[in-house]
Amino acid sequence: MDTYRADVAHIGKSVIIKGELSGSEDLFLDGEVEGNIDLHNHNLVIGPNGRVRANVHAKDVVVHGKVDGNITGVDKVELKKSAVLNGDINTQRIVIEDGAFFKGAIDIRKADAKAEPVRPAAQAAAATPVFSTPAASATVTTGIPEKK
Amino acid sequence: MRAHRSDTPNLARSALGFFRNIFGGGAEPASATGEAARIPRRSTGFNQFTRTILRPDGQKILDLGPTSSSNINFLTGLGHKAYNEDVLAAGNASRLVIPGTEEGSTTVDVARFLSEDLQYDPETFDAVLMWDVCDYLPEPLVKPVVERIYQITKPRGAMLAFFHTREAGVEAPYYRYHIKDENLLELQQGPHFQLKRTFQNRHVEGLFHDFNSIKFFLGKENIREVLLLR
Repeated sequence: MDTYRADVAHIGKSVIIKGELSGSEDLFLDGEVEGNIDLHNHNLVIGPNGRVRANVHAKDVVVHGKVDGNITGVDKVELKKSAVLNGDINTQRIVIEDGAFFKGAIDIRKADAKAEPVRPAAQAAAATPVFSTPAASATVTTGIPEKK
Repeated sequence: MRAHRSDTPNLARSALGFFRNIFGGGAEPASATGEAARIPRRSTGFNQFTRTILRPDGQKILDLGPTSSSNINFLTGLGHKAYNEDVLAAGNASRLVIPGTEEGSTTVDVARFLSEDLQYDPETFDAVLMWDVCDYLPEPLVKPVVERIYQITKPRGAMLAFFHTREAGVEAPYYRYHIKDENLLELQQGPHFQLKRTFQNRHVEGLFHDFNSIKFFLGKENIREVLLLR
């Protein structure tokens, strides 16, 4: 835990922030935020006690708590099973665990049109999703493959 | 800063496991999460529904069932924008229960439901997955929900709905529908909702009389599948 706290900024569950929250390092947020969150190219984890009423912009966004607002994850958005999200998601890849509550729209953004192989829609429908985990897993990921 | 490090000392391993979960760790296998098993079922109705949404990309598809990563995966894999709204959870919420006209009775606050849920501009969606929502919705909400869905669906937009036959019985459990592929659905029991009614075909036709076309498919396990075009 100490290692984690040394590497990641941490906002505890008793902290309430109203306004603009921005930074240039990874953040673990377990408190309440009302306003906007912008971490540019860094990762955000909203902890199980996190309550966010804000639009969120970060590289990877992982949600354990509750969010009322839109989430933009430059690379990936993950909704854990305890997550409650009322808002839209805009990202390249998404992971939603069974049990997560989501009300809104999901727009999967393509990172680079040239990187995505062209295939007919019917074929795409029948194909195994690119990021699917095994059938026994509780999670399925969708999106386009990362460039190698 | 990266959460994953291969040179992490052993003493920090347990802490790392926690961080790994937080920053992009894998999910627990189904057996560990205790979720209900999924039962595969072929669906002609869903196959026909899928054919209507293959082209073009970028359609807006509304899923009215509980959040399903499989469904989102399938729809976004087709290049569409997936919308999710769990109408049954919203419609059965305790906050909507209000006193009824008779003493001691209760009913559902339809006006509140319509002001808080299914709030979209007219003709927003190219297609709607309604699943068997109508069979489990509180009675006062059935007609208003169908009317609202009609309003927010585009002309010629498709909708897929399932209905239990009378043989299903009143104890028919509620299943979530997960899309496996264009022919196959997976059913997963729960959460618990009570079957409120079973529609006959003429009732279904009456309920959706505003729609342009209605096509019935006889499904398995006492389910009828209905494909509607607005």
